[in-house]
Amino acid sequence: MIEASNLTKRYPGGFEAVKDASFSIDAGQMVLITGHSGAGKTTLVKLISTIERPTSGSLVVNGQNLSALGRSAIPHVRRHFGLVFQDQKLLFDRNALNNVLLPLEIAGQPRREAIRRARAALDKVGLLAREKANPIALSGGEQQRLAIARAVVNRPNILIADEPTGNLDVESGMAILDIFADFHRVGVTVVVATHDQSWVERYHPNVLRLDHGRVVS
Amino acid sequence: MSAWLTQHRAALAAAFRRLWATPLNTLLSLLVIGIALTLPAFGYVALDNLRDLGRNASGVQQISLFMSLEASKKDVGEIESRLRQAANAKWRFVPKEEALKRMQASEGMAEIVASLPRNPLPDAFIIEPANTEPEALEILRKELAGWPKVAHVQLDSAWVKRFDAFLRLGKLALWLLAGLFGAGLVAVTFNTIRLQVMAQSAEIEVARMIGATDAFIRRPFYYFGALQGALGGLLAAALVLAALRLLAGPVGELAALYGGTFSLRPPGLVEIAGLAGLGAFLGWLGAQLSVSLSLRKLD
Repeated sequence: MIEASNLTKRYPGGFEAVKDASFSIDAGQMVLITGHSGAGKTTLVKLISTIERPTSGSLVVNGQNLSALGRSAIPHVRRHFGLVFQDQKLLFDRNALNNVLLPLEIAGQPRREAIRRARAALDKVGLLAREKANPIALSGGEQQRLAIARAVVNRPNILIADEPTGNLDVESGMAILDIFADFHRVGVTVVVATHDQSWVERYHPNVLRLDHGRVVS
Repeated sequence: MSAWLTQHRAALAAAFRRLWATPLNTLLSLLVIGIALTLPAFGYVALDNLRDLGRNASGVQQISLFMSLEASKKDVGEIESRLRQAANAKWRFVPKEEALKRMQASEGMAEIVASLPRNPLPDAFIIEPANTEPEALEILRKELAGWPKVAHVQLDSAWVKRFDAFLRLGKLALWLLAGLFGAGLVAVTFNTIRLQVMAQSAEIEVARMIGATDAFIRRPFYYFGALQGALGGLLAAALVLAALRLLAGPVGELAALYGGTFSLRPPGLVEIAGLAGLGAFLGWLGAQLSVSLSLRKLD
């Protein structure tokens, strides 16, 4: 499903955030990318989700070599991913339902079907009752759940998250962990960059440990 | 195909929503665009009406053909026969006796005419050609001058040429004005869209991250620019129609003072649609330039 070989990302100025990384993630696995702050977790997540392009090496996701991907093909590849960011990146000029509708609008889903699916996604994360609420009126945990609903509404086969519990209290963080675990149980590949050890203790996932940009285990 | 149509429908709806969401801004933008298009559009209609006026003005585009004094009835008959064959002109014969009588009837001329030993005036023809283009009139004048026993052919070409030159100058000024105001419309749309792109930079960033193509992001802005331009064009058409309605009375009175009838011809449906289409095109162009530049900054 995800196969990296000698993957390197060098930013302008010469800083190498990911160095010569090689790893493989099978379909349906739950993988944690861990490491200290600045280890390269976020960069690796961005490389997998095509937000960043590798400087060298190859990265094959769903059978497509992302390193060789043309600019026009990237948006279509991204639609197979569900992305959850630490800062959620919600749109505050849209209500909760319309935030979740965005990926379906991008995919050109007919309006009625899109609304049905968006409500189902909100229901899955326990926010259906708040579909008309503006994200600013939601708590941190609710905002993160809304971001997950938006990430999964297009039924992606890979759910990628970057520090999804980073800004949450323990209880809200646990609720988010459970949601990710639920998706993993139904066969979705889950890749999460985190330094939160409670994931490991609770779900015993596969762990990809980074240190100064290198995969150490 | 269905996804493509859904996306276009959604983009059009989003453009309408944006127009509707800020009614004051929309109204002001439409006024600027409407006025910018009104001036050249009114100029176009005015020139069109002037061209009609020039075509219809009786007696202006006539050619006077004077026979030589020694021309006989047979020579006059020959000219009549040639004119009859030239189907593209109306003409009438003015015998020298009639011309003399008219001269005598003129104030202060009776005594002078009476003192003349003989009629000094020639037989003449007054010709009104169907084609009143200055070049065509000049060609006809030269041809008539070559006919037998024709002493002089007089074309009031100076007036016709002056009028035509005025129309051409007006047309050129109109094009310059249209270019200038068209650029103004593009600039207005450019700025409106630039502000919209800035205001929606967060949405654009998120949309890109979750798989939006450039076309998906650009589409609502294009529709907005085209819609705004088209509505501005329709507003301009309404302003031109209103102005023509206001001018109709005074112009009719002026024409009556000159013993004629003249009414301003308003733009037709095709011309109004053309104006809206031109506005839409310029709006789209402004949006295109603005979105390309603004998105490059967001990259």
